[in-house]
Amino acid sequence: MSDAPSTRQGHVGSLAADGSPRTAYRPGHTLPLRVELVRQLRRRRTQVAFGLVALLPIILWIAFELSSDDSPGSSLNLVDLAKGSGTNFAVFALFASAGFLLVVVVALFFGDTVASEASWSSLRYLLAAPVPRARLLRQKAVVAGFLSLAALMLLPLMALLVGTLAYGTGDLVSPTGESLTYGAAAIRVLLGGLYVALSLLWVAALGLLLSVLTDAPLGAVGGAVMASIVSQILDQITALEDLRNYLPTHYANAWSDLLATQIDWGNMTRGVFSSVTFAALFFAAAALRFQRKDITS
Amino acid sequence: MARLRRPTHLRALGSPLLTLGLPLLALVLLASSLLVTTGTASAAETGTVRTTEQRIEVRGGPGVPAPIGLDTTLYLPERTPAPAVLVAHGFGGSKASVDADARELAARGYVVLAWSARGFGASGGQIALDAPDYEVADARQLVDWLGTRPEVQQDGPGDPRVGVTGGSYGGALSLLLAGYDPRVDALAPVITWNDLSQALFPSAGGPTAQPVDTPARGTFGGDGVFKRGWAGVFFSSGSGGSPGSGSPGGSGSSEPADASATPSVPAAPSAGGVPAAAAAQAGTPLNCGKFTAEVCAAYTEAATTGRLSPATAELLRRSSPVTVTDRITQPTLLVQGEKDTLFGLDQADANARQIAAAGGTVKVSWYAGGHDGGAPDQAVRDQIGAWFDRYLRGDTDTVDADSVSNTDTTFTYDIESGVRAGRNTSTGRTVVAGAYPGLAGGPAVTMTALPLQGTPQAVVNPAGGNPSAITSLPGLGGSLGGLAGQLSSFTADLPGQSASFAAAPLAEQVVLAGAPRVDLTVARVPGQPAADEAVLFARTFEVSPDGLRQLLGSAVAPIRVPVPADGSPARVSVTLPGVVAPIEAGNRLVVSVATTDQGFASPAEPAVWQIGVADGARLDVPVVPGRSVTANTVPFGPLIGIGVVLLLALLAWVVARIHRSRADVPSPGAADAPPLEITGLAKTYKGGFSAVKDVSFTVLPGQVLGLLGPNGAGKTTVLRMLMGLIRPTAGTIRAFGQPVGPGAPVLARIGAFVEGPGFLPHLSGADNLRLYWAATGRPAEEAHLSDALEIAGLGASVERRVGTYSQGMRQRLAIAQAMLGLPELMVLDEPTNGLDPPQIHAMREVLRRYAAGGRTVLVSSHLLAEVEQTCDHVVVMHHGKVVADGTVEEIIAGGGAATFGVDEPARAAEVLAALSGVHDVAVDGRSVHAELNGTPRASAVQALVSAGVSVESAGPRRRLEDAFLQLVGEDTTP
Repeated sequence: MSDAPSTRQGHVGSLAADGSPRTAYRPGHTLPLRVELVRQLRRRRTQVAFGLVALLPIILWIAFELSSDDSPGSSLNLVDLAKGSGTNFAVFALFASAGFLLVVVVALFFGDTVASEASWSSLRYLLAAPVPRARLLRQKAVVAGFLSLAALMLLPLMALLVGTLAYGTGDLVSPTGESLTYGAAAIRVLLGGLYVALSLLWVAALGLLLSVLTDAPLGAVGGAVMASIVSQILDQITALEDLRNYLPTHYANAWSDLLATQIDWGNMTRGVFSSVTFAALFFAAAALRFQRKDITS
Repeated sequence: MARLRRPTHLRALGSPLLTLGLPLLALVLLASSLLVTTGTASAAETGTVRTTEQRIEVRGGPGVPAPIGLDTTLYLPERTPAPAVLVAHGFGGSKASVDADARELAARGYVVLAWSARGFGASGGQIALDAPDYEVADARQLVDWLGTRPEVQQDGPGDPRVGVTGGSYGGALSLLLAGYDPRVDALAPVITWNDLSQALFPSAGGPTAQPVDTPARGTFGGDGVFKRGWAGVFFSSGSGGSPGSGSPGGSGSSEPADASATPSVPAAPSAGGVPAAAAAQAGTPLNCGKFTAEVCAAYTEAATTGRLSPATAELLRRSSPVTVTDRITQPTLLVQGEKDTLFGLDQADANARQIAAAGGTVKVSWYAGGHDGGAPDQAVRDQIGAWFDRYLRGDTDTVDADSVSNTDTTFTYDIESGVRAGRNTSTGRTVVAGAYPGLAGGPAVTMTALPLQGTPQAVVNPAGGNPSAITSLPGLGGSLGGLAGQLSSFTADLPGQSASFAAAPLAEQVVLAGAPRVDLTVARVPGQPAADEAVLFARTFEVSPDGLRQLLGSAVAPIRVPVPADGSPARVSVTLPGVVAPIEAGNRLVVSVATTDQGFASPAEPAVWQIGVADGARLDVPVVPGRSVTANTVPFGPLIGIGVVLLLALLAWVVARIHRSRADVPSPGAADAPPLEITGLAKTYKGGFSAVKDVSFTVLPGQVLGLLGPNGAGKTTVLRMLMGLIRPTAGTIRAFGQPVGPGAPVLARIGAFVEGPGFLPHLSGADNLRLYWAATGRPAEEAHLSDALEIAGLGASVERRVGTYSQGMRQRLAIAQAMLGLPELMVLDEPTNGLDPPQIHAMREVLRRYAAGGRTVLVSSHLLAEVEQTCDHVVVMHHGKVVADGTVEEIIAGGGAATFGVDEPARAAEVLAALSGVHDVAVDGRSVHAELNGTPRASAVQALVSAGVSVESAGPRRRLEDAFLQLVGEDTTP
């Protein structure tokens, strides 16, 4: 590049000319969602996350096909149920992934969003553009939320598709032994995906907070995932009794109540309340911190 | 939550959101925790229960002259007098095994009396199997005793307000006591029998079908098949070998199922042997243990013959509630287990039918447990508590609103899917139906007919009845007992011993609730051995399409059929074991008839039978429609909580927005304000490091100003503050007359390149610039993107991912980015780092021409030459302070000082000093410095050369460089 001609002979003359009348700076037009979405969508990370989520049902299906038939003696387990119908398969896929994979996906989209900009140093140029800090955080959170929701809904949709092709449109048989018709069950599964999304709101908010606090994307994503795992572990300690109700993951599986003919909304409502409360707390902390932070990356 | 909605808190939001958000949300969190707890707090406040232990003397009964001491414990609630509850223990247990249940009831407000029945625990006497003259009489005397206690609420003289409950052996005692003693006001027998002879010698087949009235009606035919497995376990646990056992949390269902628990009664032998002295003293054989001679003889006879003699039948009948059910008018809650091969659902069904027929109030509840499963769970114990609340205390509202247990006679049953799932996944649910079908006021039972297929099949009864099918594991209980269900898939069907008749796969799920029925034919096979009668075991399997078999209830229905000698088939109506099982769509029900079962005494003579289903035969499956017990409504508290949180978030957002828009009002900057005016700027980082101290300088339009200083001088910190990335500790920055801070609108007029490039590595250079410009929200045509790209000079590489760029390429791209939109003030931090000389040269040209149009450029550098050649003004910084400020000429030329490189410094100094106006001549190595004071440098060189001094160089004296090098030299680290 030592002799890149244009730099030496650049038509810099045009620079000297005074520009045409400038458009006034409008803070509300900075970092449009479309732009941020393109910035994120073209990242390998985003594509891999979506690919993984879309592939998971197929991987599950292959695993089921490869596994040898259970001896007829043992009682039913969730895997046996999953082979019953497309909706059962989707339920299993959601069960299998809600506790970890989807947490990682959400933590990735939210935890990485600001921290990665900081690590690339592009954050300071965005802020100097200037994109107002609150707006930057909001636009990034909205896009991360959109990507998370898309990934979270992609999983049940793909699982329904794969499951239906592989195992047909039979009734859903819930772990409690109730049956639901395919159509009703498909809707319930999608509702389940929505609930999982809502119940992961706190992970999203925590990821964003950590993303603002640290310049290391891995730290932010890992921190949010770690918090979820710790909460899940604590939730298994029955000696904590009612204290466990305050754990953010306590109601993570409440969506399985959707699989009954009569839906018990109790735990789901509590779960949404818990998640929304934690999320509001973390989002507020993230906004406050980002507003005041010295950007030194 | 009410407190949160007070307006005072809302008013507080008027102050900046930034300080408020956290405490506000903390409050929300607190409130939410309160909400979450309200639903779960209940039960287990047993701190205030007091207990007293006493021996109560009761009459020995017929044939036992001496009184017998019963070991009892009285549990007193917080407030007395209160109604009393007798809690009877299960077979093989003692008063200790019902301690937890007693405490739970006492905590609920009842005086509870628990005792060890005669023959158990530390009580005296012998086991007479709940005989009216012995155990029942004992319990009546305990009621008498309660009638004398001041702690117990009394209905009349000697008539306490009393209820009775107990599991299994204690359950039968509850029924018998209620039948014999009208002073009992309510009862809740658990997993118990109606007719002991039918429980131990069941006969599920008869020549005619039973009426269809209740869902689990058993056949209760005569001459049953000896249930030797259970009977043996039952008998041995009363033979003294098994001490009193505890079943923590159980409901007195301490049957053999719990016999492995810790010994709690020191008087009992620890294990195995019978105390010879005690046995000898009683004059009974050692094999009889603590049983009365009569019971012992009956068992011995049954075990050896496998048949029910009239005497034994009479003895068992005396001990059966069936003798008194027509007298029981007290409200009765019958709790029966769905996993119970000892006392099945048919036993409770019979009790319910008989008590209801006599006009009693009956409620039936089936739970997912039993002698093969587990003790009742909290929900069932709550039902029992609520039953007593209602009928002993008259309360109707002590239970949760969503619970079914406070309604009169609703029938509830648990459905377990049998699916193995994770810990958090519920695999069962409770269904509530209007009332027990078939009872007065209840709906009729619904039977679904499933046609059976299958030709008659020959089955073999092996000689000695061995090997035999294993379907259940009597006496193991709990999780081990549950194994039988899985085991039975392997062991329930021995080759040649069973005939199967399958129904078609179900089109939709059917929840089987009760005892299915089937009509069978049994005939001799010509030329094959046969007896007068066939003993067969009918079972129901659920078979999935992939061959998974599940024996419903792990239970079998034994039948004894006389088979005509002429070879014609005998027809028999069979009631299969009562179960609750969800049969999935696509699965089929299969009726299987076997010749052997490990749990029963089957004939020893070999036989071959031809088994078929009767013409048009079908499997009649009882179904009890109901609804799942769920809180079908959305809980109000959390819902309001969600609303409040969202409302607060909205409010915070609105406040923040108002706050921001107020801050955004641009201050009227003077039209001719300088592009940059920095006054008194200081920055102290956390930890006390002062990076910048009191920096002031002004940049005027058209200037190319160099910010010069060694690394660490604070240049970058100043530029960061200028970009609004960090906040100054003190001082102000104004650009074009407007204040600069984070996100200040005036930043849009400043282009910056500070501390290295920042690009998205996954995008190409061109895309980076394009998206960056798009992020500024300004029209694309103002970007002058092509100009900028030309300056970057990346050629075709501009379409490559930035991640593949060299440092110099990124550097140039970053400068191009700073120039996007041709900002009026451009700030470049070390712009020539990583550029090669031609590029540096070109860059200088670019900067000069950029400023020529009235724009302003601020360049920071640690290289003097850089600043010298590029800038017209310079600000020198060191240690966070401005040490020099002026035009480059002012600072560099220093008013006409010159330096000459010469071969003879001393001679040169003389020559120079001799020139007019020249002063301050100094020798510095091979250089001579002088203040020419107006004398042209060329003249001075001329003079030197004339004087024979060889001049190697001549130029302005670099005072700045001296000073600068000195400054840099002081820094030990770069």
